[in-house]
Amino acid sequence: MQAFRIGSGAGYSGDRIDPARDLAERGALNALVFECLAERTIALAQLRRSLDPDAGYDPLLEERLHAVLPACVAQGTTLITNMGAANPQAAGEAVLAVGRALGLPRLRVAVVTGDDVLAWMQAHDVPLMDSAESVRSLDGRLISANAYLGADALLPALRARADVVVTGRVADPALFLAPLMHHFGWPADDWQRLGQGIVAGHLLECAAQVSGGYIADPGFVDVPRLEAVGFPLAEVDADGRFVVTKLPGTGGRVDRLTCTAQLLYELEDPARYVQPDVVADFSGVRLREVGTDRVLVQGAGGAPRPDQLKVTLGYRDGFIGDGQISYAGPGARSHGELALAVLKHRLQRLGLDGQEHRAELIGVNALHGPHLGAEHEPYEVRVRLAVRAPTRVLAERVGQEVEALYLNGPAGGGGVTMATREVIAVASALIPREAVRPQCHILEL
Amino acid sequence: MKVRDIALARSGDKGNRATLSVIAYDPADFALLERSLTVARLQAHYRGIVHGAVQRYPLPQLGAVHFVMNDALGGGVTRSLALDAHGKSLGAAILDLPLDGDGD
Repeated sequence: MQAFRIGSGAGYSGDRIDPARDLAERGALNALVFECLAERTIALAQLRRSLDPDAGYDPLLEERLHAVLPACVAQGTTLITNMGAANPQAAGEAVLAVGRALGLPRLRVAVVTGDDVLAWMQAHDVPLMDSAESVRSLDGRLISANAYLGADALLPALRARADVVVTGRVADPALFLAPLMHHFGWPADDWQRLGQGIVAGHLLECAAQVSGGYIADPGFVDVPRLEAVGFPLAEVDADGRFVVTKLPGTGGRVDRLTCTAQLLYELEDPARYVQPDVVADFSGVRLREVGTDRVLVQGAGGAPRPDQLKVTLGYRDGFIGDGQISYAGPGARSHGELALAVLKHRLQRLGLDGQEHRAELIGVNALHGPHLGAEHEPYEVRVRLAVRAPTRVLAERVGQEVEALYLNGPAGGGGVTMATREVIAVASALIPREAVRPQCHILEL
Repeated sequence: MKVRDIALARSGDKGNRATLSVIAYDPADFALLERSLTVARLQAHYRGIVHGAVQRYPLPQLGAVHFVMNDALGGGVTRSLALDAHGKSLGAAILDLPLDGDGD
């Protein structure tokens, strides 16, 4: 049996579009997946939808689809994406509209819903993970609750031979596992193959992070033509073994180092990667370089899927005010330290000194704190003050006080920026599998 | 010799936990890496940043040592006040750690 060719068209909602177009046009792909939902993206999208019932899906959906749909339809590449976010139905309609604008003769779009479990969560007071609190503690602040659907939720859409599958929250690797299960007919309890499929999805879901992005360390890890880094694809066989590679002529590299770094990325216990479809075991995975920019991946295991699905809850969590100002030249650091001391007193006057805050010097200790931070005298520093505040007005005062350092602070401050944002935080909980009912609707041009 | 001479590092986020993978350029250096990167040394290196327990997962067939560092991200990406709320820059810090036998 021929290998199934599956590509990654986005590693996050704002990812670059040109490499996805290149993959769609030259990758001879069976499926192209766009993973675009970070943890709080759905909560933010839900807020947009509450203002406009047709909004709430990925703002780049139309632009991405315009770039890749012509090649995907011409070559029979199934496009799978979670760009539906908080409104998969409206996203499906938007995909049809793109098809119409492109003059496509026909287009079948499958919309997968059922991840929205807000009503269930509000009716059942379950504990929050990593917290002593329960869902009730978020009363009045809860915006969204979405269960991580598995590949099983996408299978009806693929069986319906959809050209485009649009979903809301689905476990990221499951977006890749679903077309493999469908194509090869892997049973839903073939834990070993499902484990391999999850490894493939995990390696591909961050796009360029496996093909040369996010790894360059000049002189130690050099990446050819990083400016033109290509997005990855996998050639998967019926047993789930696969080769990760990228298109000829693109920049970047695919080798043991890039694949190992991505295999372990954001993983907890490598032997127990809990997914809706399988508990994947990465601990026995073996990587072998089998050609230029080609890595063979095998050896994953799997154990039966969990009885509960993970739910991400989005909730309002106050505000953050942030202000920055720079100092340079001789004494830059002492100017910055004086500015921070002045700001500390001014926070006290605002009644914000009891709030959680960070007062730091970018270039000295902002990223890694005082212990690992710079001991030498930097040529320039940037003062940064970030404060948690209960209201937007108080949060705005933080930036205003930093700005006022122009006239009321040390000599030579420049380049003030201020920002205030409402914090939409996330928490996690579990929901019984049977309380989640995925559905699939077909839309056609 | 420091970690950077034999390995690369990548960090990421999972809730309020930071994950950190250290991967030997040459798998033959795995033993030196494993010996050098003890939980105690990690905790000392990231003091003031990592406030919870550290789990270590040696992966000899990958030439890598993987860590999960608890209570390390100011409450998690979505609510942290930190400039680098994801802790993506944390991985770089481990590259400066002297290897075992080179003294601290």
